[in-house]
Amino acid sequence: MNKAGYRWNKNKLQLFLLALPFVLYILLFNYVPLFGWVYAFFDFRPGVPLGKVPFAGFKYFQMAFDFKSGSELLQVFRNTLALSFLGILTTPLPVVFAICLSEMNNRFCKKFVQTFTTLPNFISWILVYAIAFATFSINDGFLNHILLGLNWIKEPVNPLANGSIAWLFQTALSIWKSLGFNSIIYLAAIGGIDSEMYDAADIDGAGRFKKILHVTVPGIAPTYIVLLLLAVSNILSNGFDQYYAFMNAMVREQIQVFDYYIYRVGLGLNEYSLGTALGMFKSVVSIILLFSVNQAAKRIRGEPII
Amino acid sequence: MKMTGHKVNIANVAFHTVNYLMFGLFTLICIYPFYYILIYSLSDTTKASMGVYLLPEGFTLYNYYSLLTNEGIANAALITVLRTVTGTALAVFCTALFGYLLTKKELPFRRLIYRLVVMTMYINAGLIPYYMMIKAIGLRNSFFVYIIPYAVGAFNLILIKTFIEQMPPSIEESAMVDGAGYLILFVKLIFPLSLPIIATVTVFTAVFQWNSFSDNLIFVTNPKLQTLQMLLYRILQNVAEARQNVRTDEMARNIRIVQPTPTTIRMTITMIVTLPILFVYPFLQRYFVKGIMLGAVKG
Repeated sequence: MNKAGYRWNKNKLQLFLLALPFVLYILLFNYVPLFGWVYAFFDFRPGVPLGKVPFAGFKYFQMAFDFKSGSELLQVFRNTLALSFLGILTTPLPVVFAICLSEMNNRFCKKFVQTFTTLPNFISWILVYAIAFATFSINDGFLNHILLGLNWIKEPVNPLANGSIAWLFQTALSIWKSLGFNSIIYLAAIGGIDSEMYDAADIDGAGRFKKILHVTVPGIAPTYIVLLLLAVSNILSNGFDQYYAFMNAMVREQIQVFDYYIYRVGLGLNEYSLGTALGMFKSVVSIILLFSVNQAAKRIRGEPII
Repeated sequence: MKMTGHKVNIANVAFHTVNYLMFGLFTLICIYPFYYILIYSLSDTTKASMGVYLLPEGFTLYNYYSLLTNEGIANAALITVLRTVTGTALAVFCTALFGYLLTKKELPFRRLIYRLVVMTMYINAGLIPYYMMIKAIGLRNSFFVYIIPYAVGAFNLILIKTFIEQMPPSIEESAMVDGAGYLILFVKLIFPLSLPIIATVTVFTAVFQWNSFSDNLIFVTNPKLQTLQMLLYRILQNVAEARQNVRTDEMARNIRIVQPTPTTIRMTITMIVTLPILFVYPFLQRYFVKGIMLGAVKG
């Protein structure tokens, strides 16, 4: 407990009173909602107090996981995992970006590239949708204007409404948005590598690529592993804004992800109990994943992430 | 002796050529879409629909004028600016103060409280229970739903706490001898000294507030509390009424002005929502780069 002893003096009291509102705040906004999990076990209807609501047991969990062949939840799971998997597959890209950027000699170009490639990270997904619309729309998007003008294509392309490339398209958008920003942490890691290592490699006669392979990559591998493991533990969360913004009837089957599904079913269709059950499932699985990944981290790098 | 100077050989030249080309291409992809929307919004509507590439066709500010004088947009802009300013101020102050208190070893239950805070990053009750709670405390359809739930964030708190812990304790000791209370210590001493990390947190929070969309979507149905992001979304989906009621005397004076089409409206409103970020961005860049470096050291 407290090293200063158990007695509460004036200082401790003042500290505690100052901190108390924040503690209550944290409890209210983060832990009190957990009591809401009880709604998953009742036939909850808005407006009816909990005491008067019939008990439902695991009915909603069964309903949610009724995996008939056409079940929507199965599709949602598939989409969520596929998109997360594609995201994990592309995690080396910021690393490559950072390494290549650090090899650039011209400082002005470096700064220029870094400034403008980090820009997309700071706009909302709604704005990204607006930009995608300005780029890809069939009538006014500049891509179609340019491609048709150059006669490279006969018909306009419409990636925004194309279900078969939806996963790749969304992944590409994610990359566009976050590549520059994600590379910053790797650039910081590269900056932290001891320059003596490079000098030693020089003496051993290593060329540019050998130096990258044997000095730079091992130097930033710890950072990469931590970020990779965190990405794995977040596999069920794809984000909401992105898929809400790009949702339309033609790509719904491909990009309806778990978070969106919970929103649509729980709030949109007013299935509060079902939505709560799904949310519970997601939270529990996420925690299990996180701790498993933490254990894996312990084994790989000797120390856990959290 | 270290060898300096660039090695000029084929491999080097080839590498640099490819490198610069790839970066040039990607940077172009990051910049051009914004530029395109900008010049489209500055173009005369009819000419623009025939194709805009490098420069505006028929330069005009009319699109901006007609949108900015539209009541719904002015309202949304006000809401967004208000929430960004107050939300960021509240979040920065509360998170920093709480972070400071948590660095004090004399705080009773310090370890427990800190654990509780850190655990909020992994524990998520889910959308529905959270929604019901927000409704229960009366924040639904209130402006305050935009700022109060974000007053203390675990991630920012950890950033600030780590930063303060790296400050030498002697700074505080001399002030405490003079009998200053914790709050005064924080406001007069710690906060000013933590400006680097405070700046980073401010940038992230402000950007988050400006870009926030889902809280409007989920908790607010009152159109007077609509944010710019929500308005933008609805215009993009053709749901919102964005056509202008051009007054007849204006029409008489400006016969050549063309009514904006939905596409023009979309481009212009996109620019209106983006421009603040574009303007502020170059100044902010060094803050978040520094902040990430600080965070990277911790990680």
